[in-house]
Amino acid sequence: MLYGKYFSIHLKSQMQYKTSFFLTALGQFLTSFSVYLSIYFMFERFNRVEGFTYTEVLLCFAVVLMAFSLAECFFRGFDTFPTIISNGEFDRMMVRPRSVIFQVLASKIEFSRIGRLLQAIIVFAYAIPASGISWTYDKIVTLLLMLISGITVFSGLFIIYASFAFFTIEGLEFMNIFTDGGREFGRYPLSIYGEGVLKFFTYVIPTALFQYYPFLYLIGRSDNLLYMFLPLVGMLFLIPCYCFWRFGLRHYKSTGS
Amino acid sequence: MKQYLSLFRIRFINSLQYRAAAYGGMVTQFFWGFMTLLLFRAFYKSGAADFPMEFSRLSSYIWLQQAFLTLFMIWYFDMDIFNSITSGNVAYELARPVDLYKMWFTKNVATRLSRATLRSFPILIVAALLPKPYGFSLPYSFTNFAMFLITAVLAFLIVMAFCMLVYISTFYTMSSLGVRIVAAALSDFLTGGIIPLPFLPDNVQRIIGLTPFASMQNLPFLIYSGHIAGAEMFRGIMLQVFWLAALVFIGRLWMNSALKRVVIQGG
Repeated sequence: MLYGKYFSIHLKSQMQYKTSFFLTALGQFLTSFSVYLSIYFMFERFNRVEGFTYTEVLLCFAVVLMAFSLAECFFRGFDTFPTIISNGEFDRMMVRPRSVIFQVLASKIEFSRIGRLLQAIIVFAYAIPASGISWTYDKIVTLLLMLISGITVFSGLFIIYASFAFFTIEGLEFMNIFTDGGREFGRYPLSIYGEGVLKFFTYVIPTALFQYYPFLYLIGRSDNLLYMFLPLVGMLFLIPCYCFWRFGLRHYKSTGS
Repeated sequence: MKQYLSLFRIRFINSLQYRAAAYGGMVTQFFWGFMTLLLFRAFYKSGAADFPMEFSRLSSYIWLQQAFLTLFMIWYFDMDIFNSITSGNVAYELARPVDLYKMWFTKNVATRLSRATLRSFPILIVAALLPKPYGFSLPYSFTNFAMFLITAVLAFLIVMAFCMLVYISTFYTMSSLGVRIVAAALSDFLTGGIIPLPFLPDNVQRIIGLTPFASMQNLPFLIYSGHIAGAEMFRGIMLQVFWLAALVFIGRLWMNSALKRVVIQGG
């Protein structure tokens, strides 16, 4: 398929600069490793936070990290979309006989995100056995749903970020609150930030739908089966994101450069 | 000296133009500080006895950190400098009758200062209006405030001298991205950017205390709220002066040897 072609071209081109690639991946790893260290040291001082233990928080951290790094790896094109608009590259995309979303998607695949992914895998490898959860089928399904839903929600946020560029040409820095902020503060279950923040991240930005409620089911704090399937509701977030993209696309005026 | 002053003025005024970016930045940083405080509040509720500092002092630390982000975070690199090395434009700069080290240093100081001018005060004013203990409070004492100003200036210069080393390394590696990210990731943790250093175990704190990183944002912010007071402040300043001299010395030496073997990349 065409995406496969793009995939292999991006892979080949990034492998041309091997040192740079590995250093970037190492940097990505270190960035998330330092966040891991902060969790480790906080729990060395305080045993629990709002009743959550160290291994439980690690599970939460790993879910968010993995979802974010996969979303960023494949949806990076939307993250750099403001440049595509401002340098006029988008006009060329419009005249090609393929969907615009597909082309933006394929315009960039960032393999160096593997550094972050690696960190997530290591944390999972430690936390999955150490958390003391008996891994029955429903728990495994819950974890997978959390991951898939996480990727969808972060991708949706990248699409919204890109859609704003139709109106402003430039990227909007405050969107980082939801993308980078979701990753940074999502390392702890969102309830610890208090009622208001949890509500915001449930009803406005559905981060809690894949990060908090199913997590409660996962660690056995709740046996409400509904919580297990809330990540599916979180995936619906993609619909308004897509509508906003269409809306922006209709208002697009070329920058002319 | 005059040419550096005018260079400073040009860069300072130039960066002041980006107001919209500054507003966006302020909103983001305010949110960031707020969430960080909520996070620490959760830990405080779970074990107030294990908290290494008073909560109001932590709040001042976090707000100062957000307000002066552009001064003290290592990762605010000047992309123009990296580009000038990789594209070969550095040749033009070398042809000018100015010292390259001083010029880059001045440029960076100017850009960062002007960004901080736009952002810091609105953040601090709004933060001061927040209810206790989450708000930004007045300095611990007059002496501490004076010492805060001195250590903040020194810390800023140390950050700059450290960034210079990253710039100079590009003469050798050509692609700056890797070094940049690694330096940013390490320093973010070691300077107390992710969690303040007092939250780390004592032995880890002692090791970090031996590096220049502890002399960056950590020292002035802790002095402001009175977490560090008395004779310890003077010891901190001595250490800062030492690190500033050492980093500038290493940087100049390294730059000279890099320029001896520099290969201009065409262009």
